Amino acid sequence: MINLTIRQMAGLLAEKSISVQELNGVFYDRCRAHNASTNALITLNDELNAAEILHAQQAIDVGNHWLAGIPLVHKDLFCTQGIKTTCGSNMLANFISPYNATVVDRLGQAGMVSLGKANMDEFAMGSSNEHSAFGPVGNPWDLTRVPGGSSGGSAAAVAARMVPVATGSDTGGSIRQPAALCGITGIKPSYGRVSRYGMVAFASSLDQAGVMAVSADDCALVLSAMSGHDPLDSTSAHASTWAWEKPQDTELKDLKVGVTRAWIDALEDPDIKQRTWQAIEQLQDQGAQIIDIELPHADLAVSAYYVLAPAECSSNLSRFDGVRFGHQAEGVNDLESLYRQSRTEGFGEEVKKRIMIGAWALSSGYYDAYYLQAQKVRRLISNDFKQAFAQVDVIACPVSPETAFEHGAKADGVSMYQADQFTLPASLAGLPCLSMPIGFSQGQNGRLPIGLQLVGRYFDEQTILSVADKYQQTTDHHLQLPEAFQ
Amino acid sequence: MKQDWEMVIGLEIHVRLDTESKLFSGMKASYGSSPNSQVSFLDAGLPGTLPVINQKALEYAIRFGLSVDATIPPVTIFARKNYFYPDLPKGYQISQMDHPIVGKGHLMIQTDAGEKRIDITRAHLEEDAGKSIHDKYDQYSAIDLNRAGTPLIEVVSEPQMSNAKEAVAFMREIYTRVTHLGICDGNLQEGSFRCDANVSVRPKGQTTLGTRAEIKNLNSFRFIEKAINHEAKRQIKRLEAGEKVVQETRLYDADKDQTRSMRSKEDANDYRYFPDPDQLPITISAAMIEAQKAHLPEFPASKIKRYTTELGIKADDATIIANDIAMVKFFEYSLAHSKAAPDLNAKFLLGEFSALLNAHSQSIDNSQIDADAYSGLLDELQAGTVSRKVAKQILDDMWASGKSAAQIIDEQDLGQISDSSALTALIDELINDHPEQVASYRSGNDKMFNFFVGQIMKKTKGQANPVQTKQLLEDKLNNE
Amino acid sequence: MSINRKELEEIASLAQLNIPEQQVNEITASLNQVMAMIEHINQADTAAVEPMSHPNDGHQITRQDVVTDHSHKSTLLALAAHADADHYLVPKVIE
Repeated sequence: MINLTIRQMAGLLAEKSISVQELNGVFYDRCRAHNASTNALITLNDELNAAEILHAQQAIDVGNHWLAGIPLVHKDLFCTQGIKTTCGSNMLANFISPYNATVVDRLGQAGMVSLGKANMDEFAMGSSNEHSAFGPVGNPWDLTRVPGGSSGGSAAAVAARMVPVATGSDTGGSIRQPAALCGITGIKPSYGRVSRYGMVAFASSLDQAGVMAVSADDCALVLSAMSGHDPLDSTSAHASTWAWEKPQDTELKDLKVGVTRAWIDALEDPDIKQRTWQAIEQLQDQGAQIIDIELPHADLAVSAYYVLAPAECSSNLSRFDGVRFGHQAEGVNDLESLYRQSRTEGFGEEVKKRIMIGAWALSSGYYDAYYLQAQKVRRLISNDFKQAFAQVDVIACPVSPETAFEHGAKADGVSMYQADQFTLPASLAGLPCLSMPIGFSQGQNGRLPIGLQLVGRYFDEQTILSVADKYQQTTDHHLQLPEAFQ
Repeated sequence: MKQDWEMVIGLEIHVRLDTESKLFSGMKASYGSSPNSQVSFLDAGLPGTLPVINQKALEYAIRFGLSVDATIPPVTIFARKNYFYPDLPKGYQISQMDHPIVGKGHLMIQTDAGEKRIDITRAHLEEDAGKSIHDKYDQYSAIDLNRAGTPLIEVVSEPQMSNAKEAVAFMREIYTRVTHLGICDGNLQEGSFRCDANVSVRPKGQTTLGTRAEIKNLNSFRFIEKAINHEAKRQIKRLEAGEKVVQETRLYDADKDQTRSMRSKEDANDYRYFPDPDQLPITISAAMIEAQKAHLPEFPASKIKRYTTELGIKADDATIIANDIAMVKFFEYSLAHSKAAPDLNAKFLLGEFSALLNAHSQSIDNSQIDADAYSGLLDELQAGTVSRKVAKQILDDMWASGKSAAQIIDEQDLGQISDSSALTALIDELINDHPEQVASYRSGNDKMFNFFVGQIMKKTKGQANPVQTKQLLEDKLNNE
Repeated sequence: MSINRKELEEIASLAQLNIPEQQVNEITASLNQVMAMIEHINQADTAAVEPMSHPNDGHQITRQDVVTDHSHKSTLLALAAHADADHYLVPKVIE
């Protein structure tokens, strides 16, 4: 029951082999059982939401939709009316939003049942989920290791099959990297594909909501329901709602796959290198033509990103001043102390560091040399992709240079930043990209999942999801379960 | 020898746009509601909320630009101005920096030395902040966010005004334009039109600018003149005493880099402007600009010309009416809705009607008598039903009772007697009763004519139509 | 690019954060490390490159000037740590 795809579960619900209540009961019990060891959820609802269950069951009874009755958790930066939205921060430890994010509303309307809110790096800043005010998350493949981040709780919850699906958000790799480290599939759609309304902002020109699930098909079904223009988000694209067309076969004939050979060759982890080439060969075996490409400015992506994202974050997080909502420091008698003390107490170290980097990069005297220069580098990287996509349909590359590492192994912030090197270029360009499981490491670290990244043309989610779906039709890496969670 | 000084003044005028909803949210933008009752989730800066620009605000800004012959660039971009203040909920104000919606423009002002051109540097759209109330509590400042997010345009002039009168003239020109355009309600008390003045002084003949000081939030024409003159005097006094003028709003003062003014929240800040990543660049198409041209109203200069040449109104009267948009609306409504001659209308409006408003200390916007009721009275006046004297009395009644002119005339029987048989009967009676006076008149004492007119007016309590009365009297007295 | 203590204090002021005395050295070092990493962007020749502020090349949508929202007064004030029946309250601001 727990290792089924959405289509399989929807089939059981439709033929009444199982009720919505029963299906959700199974997953809810798993959440209860495994949250202590994984800490994947910040909030597990006190009980199943009867209204959502009823709504879903009614939708199924009249023959509606694949998603009706499918349980999920939302990353804890999607605003949920009546349920805490903490963003993994002490600043919002008790914050209850008076409105729902568009993503939450749309998936609710589709009949999905929300079981709780997933742990995350504070305000989505981090790649290990160690920067959560609600404690680190254990990777279900090895609880002493990190699940990746920032959507670490979402990834761990799906990997442990506490839920079959979770929402995530990806600013610089926050869906793809934890999906890779936890052995699940995760997609960050094109910037503008999904409304950002009600998703607490980290870096507005980069943030995009996405899906983390067992398979590419699962991701695609949920993404279809999330996407589409939202009049409440000026940056959401006009394109009408996108609908996933599941491929009928596993052929990749006529598909040109671009490969950044230099990136793969430079990988230090032999398992990742070997699995990556193996996956690419698999695509070739299915009929794809492999073409070497170069992204000459991509090595500047880390530097450019760590100017732009902090700059936007420094401004976006100014609203957390202790006055209208969120944490307010006690015992201060003047306004500036109130601001400074509330923010100093409410934010964790990583968030404060990025706010300061951002404030500096925007400040007078540095704006041109750093912020504007980073925007120009962003253009160069985006142009690199445009040139590459003149030759190929999809780009295959690593997600992360390493498998899940141990908690506390990376005290040095900059080395954590540099590990984002493969996910950041597509983020800066706003392109759709996903991570899919391609096997496991076998070295001294034990059996840990490895992912492959597929990057598509702007607004061409269909192609990367089709490639992943066809790959998953012929492999079973995505169906592997960690032993402790079978 | 005493130095001759010259003032240099530049203005930044904040014009609140009269839209239904706020600049970026669907919340009502009106003034005067109970505190914090007009605050959307976005206006309160709640996490996850996003701005969506109000189309009408863009259109209003373009209309303003067209009214000062400004260029309207093809792309306009919103930027964030970052600073912390309790009435600024997001910790930044959405404003514009490098790509304002209105580019360079200009207008002409009247000065003692004739017409003078003042250049407009730019005008940009931005959201207003909320209000901090400092006098409610001893320990606290209270914050009302109703105003937060209401749309403003900030009009920036070149520093080309050389005395306070010119600054006031410029401000009035802008005021006239935005009120005639209908993009601002012009309410000075409610802060719909506020001005910051940058003032500096320099020895006459010097071409470089003196150090300026900024005077903030001036919202009356009278006060700005005083404030500028006062500020200039203060600066001259300092300079003549060998002291320096301190630039109070400058962020980077090369001479005094460690002294930042403590007076203002804004002085200490580096605003870190950058393009708002929540919004895309806005394309202003030629078609959009063209569409706004159709909304440009007739401005005072051409109104005055039309009133005098086409309507035969005295130049002085036309000028007074044309410069006041509320007066224009009232006047033009009554032109369209009454049969009265335009010059009679203008004279009555500026005479009896304005006197009535003054007596009640009300502006024409707040008149108890609306333009429709006023038109009704004008018709009675034009038709000769009442004299101007009686009409004045009817105005008082209309103001107090809210009744129409026709109703009051009817109820109080105030109609002029223009019925010639009734008047003839009265005249016959008068001639019978006063044979001596008749004889005197007929013997050549012309002055006696006024005696008869006076008697008729007395008998009719002034309601006899004077023209008709005279005519009938002449007929009767001369044709015996 | 690297910052000293004075510059750290200026940045903290812009960000409205306190830097506890015992963390000054650690935070300065950590920011300097990031700044050193960021410095790489200046290797790129961007003389002829337009800055890119957004991946979405689309045009901005606008909203009709219609009131679509209503008062949330009690909901909003209830979220605040300090408010009276009508206002948010902050320590007195001396202007």
